[in-house]
Amino acid sequence: MSATGYPLGAAGAAPGSPTTAGRALSVSTPLSIGVITAYLSVIVLIPLAAVVFRSSAGGWDVFWESVTSPQALAALRLSVIGSFVVAAINAVMGTTIAWVLVRDEFPGKDAVNALIDLPFALPTIVAGLTLIALYGSRSPLGINVAYTQFAVLLALLFVTLPFVVRAVQPVLGELDRDMEQAATALGASSWTTFRLIVLPNLLPAVLAGVGLGFARAIGEFGSVVLISGNIPFQTEVAAVRIFSQVENDNVTAAAAIAVVLLAISLTVLLIIALFERWSRKHDQ
Amino acid sequence: MPSHDRLLQSRFTRLQALFALAATAAAPALASSFPRPVLAQDQVTLTLVAYSTPREAYEAIIPLFQGAPDGAGVQFETSYAGSGEQSRAVEGGLPADVVAFSLEPDITRLVKAGLVAEDWNADEYKGMVTDSVVALAFRTGNPKGIASWDDLIKEGVEVITANPLTSGGARWNILAAWGAFLQTGKTEEEATEYLRQLFTHVPVQDKSAREALATFTGGKGDVLISYENEAIAAQQAGEELEYIVPDQTILIENPVAVDTESANPEKAQAFIDFLRTPDAQKVFGEKGYRSILPEVLETFDFPTPPTLFTIADLGGWSDVTTKLFDPDNGIVAKVQQ
Repeated sequence: MSATGYPLGAAGAAPGSPTTAGRALSVSTPLSIGVITAYLSVIVLIPLAAVVFRSSAGGWDVFWESVTSPQALAALRLSVIGSFVVAAINAVMGTTIAWVLVRDEFPGKDAVNALIDLPFALPTIVAGLTLIALYGSRSPLGINVAYTQFAVLLALLFVTLPFVVRAVQPVLGELDRDMEQAATALGASSWTTFRLIVLPNLLPAVLAGVGLGFARAIGEFGSVVLISGNIPFQTEVAAVRIFSQVENDNVTAAAAIAVVLLAISLTVLLIIALFERWSRKHDQ
Repeated sequence: MPSHDRLLQSRFTRLQALFALAATAAAPALASSFPRPVLAQDQVTLTLVAYSTPREAYEAIIPLFQGAPDGAGVQFETSYAGSGEQSRAVEGGLPADVVAFSLEPDITRLVKAGLVAEDWNADEYKGMVTDSVVALAFRTGNPKGIASWDDLIKEGVEVITANPLTSGGARWNILAAWGAFLQTGKTEEEATEYLRQLFTHVPVQDKSAREALATFTGGKGDVLISYENEAIAAQQAGEELEYIVPDQTILIENPVAVDTESANPEKAQAFIDFLRTPDAQKVFGEKGYRSILPEVLETFDFPTPPTLFTIADLGGWSDVTTKLFDPDNGIVAKVQQ
């Protein structure tokens, strides 16, 4: 397969891939590459490198001890497993929401569509407070899940809702319905049509959204810190553990845990990118 | 902290500042770091970087200072946030003239960074500006019959305290419980066992004392381990809670210091001196703090617990920080495993 011009991530999900040489409209002049490199360095690469560098300040032993202490492991486990669960739920619910927003007509659709992005706009600490007010000890709805692992999932679901929906929506909107109609005409059940025609086309977008949501969830702090209760070994997430290391002036240990989170996110995003590349090849 | 670590620290100051900014959500502190307005030559502006709780007291005291001879014409910029966050923000470069924190280690951090003089606590008040004690707050009418530390680990009692690893201030709470045992002849093992049981009664460990108070007033838990002044402030704010000072508790001491990079060190010191006058101390007293001046303290009706100990009685901050609050090997981390 020759270079297709797709960014490594997925449809519409990886803005600013600097090596993509568009054929029709090339922007890869030395100047633009310089600007992009400088920009990415200042905004992303240098800060990330600083975190990695800081994590190594105490040597390998300190790094290893910081990330394998029982409390750190428990916090990492909760963040990683929680983020996978949230990613799975997002994959199903996000795709469903996108489907309804693209394919169905109902009154108030535009309002619902606008609502999807609001979790991004709300300060995460406000999200946490709101969730506590609604689902805590004085819940007007009679639902009290605050200070449990379930509450952690709830907060993560709230802040990651838009990723899959917004990744899938445009792809679904562009999808050629002729294929579906043909499949139906040939006697395929609607489930078969979805499974064999729609899903393969949507999958890259779903995975891109899932990957972003996962990366966001694994490091989430603001929305989780209030509603989780921060009980070590039960509801303490990795970001809160990092915060307590910072609060104890163990910046090296804090950076070490952050590096583990970065590594896990990077691995997940890479696997998604590889899977996509594989499935594209597989199609041909 | 071992000495090689300190070396590293100075080498990484700039990185650390970056990291601290990224990691501690120092937004409220940063808000006050905007360039100061250009002022007439004889005008002095002092920046007060303080922890959150005494905000109302400072807002009342600053006009008093401005009305006093030393404070005439002095303008103020104030920044309030968590004590640890404020301390790290100043360490990372937030300009300050006067710093006021909830506990001494937050000043010590700045002494190490060369931003507070080594002899900051050499005055007759040992660098402190207010006192308080650790109290036990409960719901109106005391439905669970809370009267002592032992009552916190009775079956069915839920205790709220901020997380002592994320909240410097919450360390006073744990030290009060820990010291209550040591100061009455119990062994360290017994005190540790008490902490182990206590934490099984804690369903929420908010990251700051303010959040813990909000959790409690929001309906969660039976007892809130709190500073006396916080409990009084909450009552003044109309929250429905009562509190007792247990028979054994710790004297909380809140430090204040001049930043060595202050452009107006004399005025900054004059402000600190003013904070220790009876006029200012009376305001602190009205906001629930115990005065550091005996003659002001006795005009208020604060109960005196039979066993009142200080951080020095427990070995000093440096010792207890390592022993109890090390995030990996401290007693608080161990008893929760």
